Amino acid sequence: MGIEFIYPEFEVVRNQNRCIGCRVCERQCANEVHTYDADGKVIISDDAKCVNCQRCVSLCPTRAIKIVKSDCRMRENANWADDTIKEIYKQANSGGVLLSSMGNPKPFPVYWDKILINASQVTNPPIDPLREPMETKVFLGKKPDSIERDENGKLINNLSPQLKLELPVMFSAMSYGSISYNAHKSLALAAQQLGIYYNTGEGGLHEDFYVYGENTIVQVASGRFGVHDDYLNAGAAVEIKMGQGAKPGIGGHLPGTKIVGDVSHTRMIPEGSDAISPAPHHDIYSIEDLRQLVYSLKEATQYKKPVIVKVAAVHNIAAIASGIARSGADIIAIDGFRGGTGAAPTRIRDNVGIPIELALAACDQRLREEGIRNQVSLVVGGSIRSASDVVKAIALGADACYVATAALLAMGCHLCRTCQTGKCNWGIATQNPELVKRLNPEIGSQRLVNLMTAWGHEIKELMGGMGINSIETLRGNRLMLRGINLTEKELEILGISHAGE
Amino acid sequence: MNRYVIIGGGVAAVGCIEGIRKADTEGSITLISGEKKTVYCRPLISYYLQGKTDFEKMKYRSDEFYEKNNCKLVYDTAVSIDKDAKTVTVSSGEKIPYDKLCVATGSSPFVPPFTGLDNVSAKFSFMTEDDAAEIEKAVDENSRVLIVGAGLIGLKCAEGLCGRVKSITVCDLAERVLSSILDEPCAKLMQNVLEENGISFMLGDSAEKFDADKAYMKSGAVVDFDVLILAVGVRANVSLVKEIGGETERGIIIDEKMKTSVEDIYAVGDCSQGVNALTGQKNVLALLPNAVMQGETAGQNMAGADTVFDKGVPMNAIGFFGYHALTAGIYEGEMTEEKTDDSVKRLFVKDNRLVGFMLLGDIERAGIYTSLIREKTPLDTIDAEAIKISPSLLPFSLKYRKIKLGGSKS
Amino acid sequence: MKRVYVNEEWCLGCHLCEYNCAFANSGLSDMVKALKDKEIYPRIHVEEDNKIKYAVSCRHCDDPLCVKSCIAGAITKDENGTVKIDTDKCVHCYTCILVCPVGAVSHNENGAAMKCELCLENSCGSPACASGCPNKAIVYEERE
Repeated sequence: MGIEFIYPEFEVVRNQNRCIGCRVCERQCANEVHTYDADGKVIISDDAKCVNCQRCVSLCPTRAIKIVKSDCRMRENANWADDTIKEIYKQANSGGVLLSSMGNPKPFPVYWDKILINASQVTNPPIDPLREPMETKVFLGKKPDSIERDENGKLINNLSPQLKLELPVMFSAMSYGSISYNAHKSLALAAQQLGIYYNTGEGGLHEDFYVYGENTIVQVASGRFGVHDDYLNAGAAVEIKMGQGAKPGIGGHLPGTKIVGDVSHTRMIPEGSDAISPAPHHDIYSIEDLRQLVYSLKEATQYKKPVIVKVAAVHNIAAIASGIARSGADIIAIDGFRGGTGAAPTRIRDNVGIPIELALAACDQRLREEGIRNQVSLVVGGSIRSASDVVKAIALGADACYVATAALLAMGCHLCRTCQTGKCNWGIATQNPELVKRLNPEIGSQRLVNLMTAWGHEIKELMGGMGINSIETLRGNRLMLRGINLTEKELEILGISHAGE
Repeated sequence: MNRYVIIGGGVAAVGCIEGIRKADTEGSITLISGEKKTVYCRPLISYYLQGKTDFEKMKYRSDEFYEKNNCKLVYDTAVSIDKDAKTVTVSSGEKIPYDKLCVATGSSPFVPPFTGLDNVSAKFSFMTEDDAAEIEKAVDENSRVLIVGAGLIGLKCAEGLCGRVKSITVCDLAERVLSSILDEPCAKLMQNVLEENGISFMLGDSAEKFDADKAYMKSGAVVDFDVLILAVGVRANVSLVKEIGGETERGIIIDEKMKTSVEDIYAVGDCSQGVNALTGQKNVLALLPNAVMQGETAGQNMAGADTVFDKGVPMNAIGFFGYHALTAGIYEGEMTEEKTDDSVKRLFVKDNRLVGFMLLGDIERAGIYTSLIREKTPLDTIDAEAIKISPSLLPFSLKYRKIKLGGSKS
Repeated sequence: MKRVYVNEEWCLGCHLCEYNCAFANSGLSDMVKALKDKEIYPRIHVEEDNKIKYAVSCRHCDDPLCVKSCIAGAITKDENGTVKIDTDKCVHCYTCILVCPVGAVSHNENGAAMKCELCLENSCGSPACASGCPNKAIVYEERE
């Protein structure tokens, strides 16, 4: 206490008039915020332990609990904000790097919210998606430079391996270890049902999930955890992870406490050992090195599976994308700086990288200019929040989007951003069996399917409004977008006109 | 078309009718009832005295039950069976032919030959609705009631009269109450409950001689009474079968299909003596659940099915003034006890099986213990220590719970 | 018939089923009014230890021992297969508690025997335990 004391961030407000003492809150809080006081026959709460995950709020049968932000704040100071001061205290207390989870929460511009979508009026009339067919199917992978025919004029199939998506959305990489077995199973089931893909992340593929291989993208990252021949061939595509939007330039660190049981087995590392993914791939220092890995993986998978190279959106991303396209990769995945993570150093998460909207526009533009846009598909992620974000991304030049945070939210995540504690009350970012079972994959997968189905409807409606009946026609169709409250430079990078133009 | 005849109108007969109709909706059923009324819940007569129920509510089945099951009621007493002609003669002289006969004649109160009993005008048994109605008429707030017999019937009668009479004294030759189902410590606990409610006991003592309003006890004591209730015991009504050479002991001997030793004659309920699943010996298990299940089995077999009832075990649920005792099985083998201030649990384990228990006070989920007894579950297949502490499904295997609760087939 | 099934794998031991049950059978429209400061008498109960958790309620057995054992004729199986207790006829002898092999019968605040009747006759219309279970550990469905 004393100098080290930091006032709790949240307060648990219990309406004693509504509390029936059922103790569900007590049983459901892994942080042990609530305890039943038998003497007073009331439940008391320790605010200091609360992370505002809203589990108790959601399960309280009488709506007797709410969590509010504490109004016990430092004296107002526009320069030294309350959070800033408290971070100083924390570091003065611990001497350590501050850790955070999920995406960058700072008020950086969200360009999706500064872009508006067009709609048809008199000419080129809108299409009613309830009455007319709308195509949202996309194929990801290298497209041939030209059509080839044999001497009889028949088409020669010179198509590289493709991923077929019923919707231009996929679940992006979240490792088994960072998220639970049941979360993975939910994603796998949903991907299968939706005809899309989920991504193993760097945790390997649990043997139970090989059956979902046709809807799985297997990842190879710098730690090479869980990578073996069967693994590479189990999935529909292989993704090389060079970087992650939430923490560009650094590796990953899954603490030994989470490397238990099947997680250790799946990652092929001993129980209790920290899983440290290095910042670089130690065999990649150039595009040529990357090319070697791309082709090694193609070789290992008999050239039957597209290879994805995933990078964080950083400065010069367009040049990087051009290099990746030339490395032989079939798909480039770019992760913007608002992308989520199970744990990242706060300073990195909040200050490194660039917004995905700008990175996407720049890459698409550059690849077109270089005449190699057809050689790669572009997948973008890093806080795609809605169907309109997807539509804007496609119009800016993406082939598909990666979503993870939205998927987590569908599975119950309440964005309390304390994944790093391993005490996820929603059974997602935890390996504690008692918590893991809180996510029934039957429910999780159904909610994911619901969310994506809803987005599918909305995408079709937005497309119909623009008079577009195929998502392919929307791709890179920046005429459908207008900027609002953007500078000349921003508009130039985004390649769009201002609203009113 | 088969002709089914049932002698007796109690719950065993209801079980029999339902059993027959499960297998045969066509055959004729004739039910001969000497009590001249539709079936009622005999064990409820004490609750009637208490005012907790009435004759209407005590009906075991609705009035339409017989009609719905196409069952003809003959309100008369069966006097004999002709096993060769296959007829039952009733007191009116009518001969009722049968193809299959079920004897469900129940039991009658046993009245020992007390000296001077004839001098007592206000004396009653406590077996039927009529008994209860007569007792009700005979007592008022000034009545001193003497009950001979501290068994289930005597004590339920005492509870039933409690509060409506001046005093109740219960005597029994046995040294404890409910001696057939409770051991000494448990009986004492139950006796305390009864005494706390104003009932007096004279145990290890019984009447030898009666005057009109006096009982002279073995101990030399003299008890004044206004109303005498004789609840010494019951005897199975076996004569109809015994007279035609059917095998009888304390009851009519039956096999697991409820067949007597006489062709096409079945016997069920309190008059029968069937196998006790725990001992393999044949006992009269005069319990309502047994009667219903035996009746149903007999009915099905009479109608051509082939079923057995081999799960008959002694069991009793009895409570006085809100304090309950649930018991089952036999009290043999190794005994373990759990006790609190107001509850006792005694479990009896023999040859890796739970064979009996007494629960007083805390009776929750007792059926799990009963099930262990009935199913003869080997205790080493479950967590025996855990289940001794508390009955639940936790000590069973996941597979067992999946079958019981999760709808799993195997 | 549609029955309540328990998926032990997903039971969190939160006990919400017990409260939802007690509320559903309270006859009141507000849970706070129905349950606050009251001892609850649910018709479903959670059994749990450190590892195992699951809820138990009446199985509506095909061949129910309670029905056959009830000395008051108060327990019946209706044409839909639902086993019901007529609390008005019940004399609180607890023979049903003595015979129920899963321990699903208990008693209400007045002492009358009580067990799950699938919420078919209260305002819920289908089992409140299942509809309120946050993790589908209790489901109400028709199975072969």
